[in-house]
Amino acid sequence: MSEGTLYDTVWERHKVTELPNGQDQLFVGLHLVHEVTSPQAFSMLRERGMDVAFPDRTFATTDHIVPTEDDKRDRPLADDQAETMLSALERNVEESGITFFGLDSGKQGITHVVAPELGLSQPGMTVACGDSHTSTHGAFGSIGVGIGTSQIRDVFATGCIAAEKQKVRRIEVTGSLGEGVYPKDVVLRIIQQLGVDGGVGHVYEYGGPVMREMDMEGRLAVCNMSIEGGARAGYVNPDETTYEYLRGREYVPEGEAFEQRKAYWESVASDDDATYDDVVTVDMDGVDPLVTWGVNPGQVVEVTEPIPAPDSFEAESDRTAARKAYDHMGHEPGDTMEGYDVDVAFLGTCTNGRVSDFEQAAAVLEGRSVASDVRALAVPGSQTVKQRCEERGIDETFIEAGFQWREAGCSMCLAMNDDSLVGDETCASSSNRNFVGRQGSEDGRTVLMSPAMVAAAAVTGEVTDVRRLDPPARAESGGEGEGEVAD
Amino acid sequence: MAEDQHITEVGGTGVPIPGDDIDTDQILPARFLKEVTFRNMADYLFFDARRDDDGAFNDHPLNRYEGASVAVVNKNFGCGSSREHAPQAMMRWGIDGVVGESFAEIFRDNCKSLGIPAVTADEETVTALQEWVREHPDGEVGIDVEDSVVRYGDHVVDVDIDSAMREALVDGIWDTTALMYSNLSKVEATASDLPYVEQ
Repeated sequence: MSEGTLYDTVWERHKVTELPNGQDQLFVGLHLVHEVTSPQAFSMLRERGMDVAFPDRTFATTDHIVPTEDDKRDRPLADDQAETMLSALERNVEESGITFFGLDSGKQGITHVVAPELGLSQPGMTVACGDSHTSTHGAFGSIGVGIGTSQIRDVFATGCIAAEKQKVRRIEVTGSLGEGVYPKDVVLRIIQQLGVDGGVGHVYEYGGPVMREMDMEGRLAVCNMSIEGGARAGYVNPDETTYEYLRGREYVPEGEAFEQRKAYWESVASDDDATYDDVVTVDMDGVDPLVTWGVNPGQVVEVTEPIPAPDSFEAESDRTAARKAYDHMGHEPGDTMEGYDVDVAFLGTCTNGRVSDFEQAAAVLEGRSVASDVRALAVPGSQTVKQRCEERGIDETFIEAGFQWREAGCSMCLAMNDDSLVGDETCASSSNRNFVGRQGSEDGRTVLMSPAMVAAAAVTGEVTDVRRLDPPARAESGGEGEGEVAD
Repeated sequence: MAEDQHITEVGGTGVPIPGDDIDTDQILPARFLKEVTFRNMADYLFFDARRDDDGAFNDHPLNRYEGASVAVVNKNFGCGSSREHAPQAMMRWGIDGVVGESFAEIFRDNCKSLGIPAVTADEETVTALQEWVREHPDGEVGIDVEDSVVRYGDHVVDVDIDSAMREALVDGIWDTTALMYSNLSKVEATASDLPYVEQ
């Protein structure tokens, strides 16, 4: 059993009591709410005549169903169901006294992008949201868990969830990240190594030199996909990187109060001699850019390496999963992902929809153009991200390259709005799930990768090793121009 | 009201839903989450997997084992999205209990919230049960929550049930809202000790 870890400490600080069935009643310090999983919970609450117990610890925004085209966000929304959901949320938060970051707030966006950037997510908190990617907030050294709608009702009514402690696995990420390798590659590597169900029953503590060096937006991307490895929560111990990120953000105290708060943050970090249930090392030395080749986020391969043959897997279940993936993706033995045709490039989501993600992609797009047969969408994770990007002129890089520069939302990660794959289109995606049908078409194909790799795929129209991209067209244009003159 | 219900045993005919890592996007595709109630969810259960390209029902198990009460699944069932719509749809379709090799945690929690026992057994046991259900589509499969066994035909096999889930179902305390609501004053005390909660 673990001892002295951040998980143990934060759990103890938030434990209210033990319930008769052996679970702990755990106080939720930050409850994030969105339009899709909450309306039924509000209804259940009303049926019981109960109120939201801690409205001040509850914050709502709208992300899943909102259109991302600027001219489609006027109310009422064209999609009746979406309008009904959004109206229900607005009515519910109004009645309950919950702060709401709506479409005209300037702060709307994906819950897991908004809460970190406003300084709502802080070290030593428990965070819950009716969304499995709540693990994201672990980047601050908090315990973030995704919950179902009945549990949302629990949190509304009592400020608590009923939960049992999990095992703590320390994941030591060693080595260093090579050229073209990003935090997204780190988490894809972890899931590849430990499996999509490797984390069931565990919380992941990410540490080691790679995590220490990583900035907050990178840590958010890694923790975000903990759930893709089966771990409901994943976290990084808070350090100076964390504290400096938080300083000056809207919901973070200032001056002396900041120092006091920081003392609490420092107090929750895992002890140097903490005991873990197990420790796993993931070495990033020599790892090339990674992409998924199949239909679950553990089916990962280096972009230039051959896709593993179904028969190469030891377990029959892995062989079956690989055959299913080959069938859906249309692979032949010996194929590599490099050169795999791409129809759509999608940049955004709670995994990679932050300013640094757009910066990394923009660096690739500078002076290049999106391939003529590729539909390319850049969807900022929040209105704040969009504004920051525009202040830096990043939007122009995207627009000049041929990307559509959209409004904030979950968009094509799960296609609950108009942003969807059509037929058997293939999407180079910075999102988190490559499940069959996930991006809105049953025959659609998703290839997960880092933002820089999405940009590279957009330019070439196929999965491409970003390190091998030809020099920008602009640099070559002189030569081409001369050729034309000679003709 | 449902919160008082003791669930010691569920049963009926079975439906094998084979495959590892069946995610909640398969169980309940995202485009059907745009309703503000769970009322119609049964209609959308495995919507895409159950249909051919022309929209006609295919030979998916749910189309062949109509009226089943116990789903028999494999590893990491219910992974991915936290949407409670998935077990809600199963429950509303008629599923009262699930036997599997393993479950994703949020899915299992959602089952507990709905009073659906989700019990586990090893691969061999689960595969044998799936095979038996195929051979005996009208045969009775019973999940005994109290004794942690599954009964079918002449077989009685041991299964694992998470102790918290077992206690909650057997004692009829799986409605955690009611349970935790009675501790509200303690909750306030815990919250007031946290430096980040405004007094």
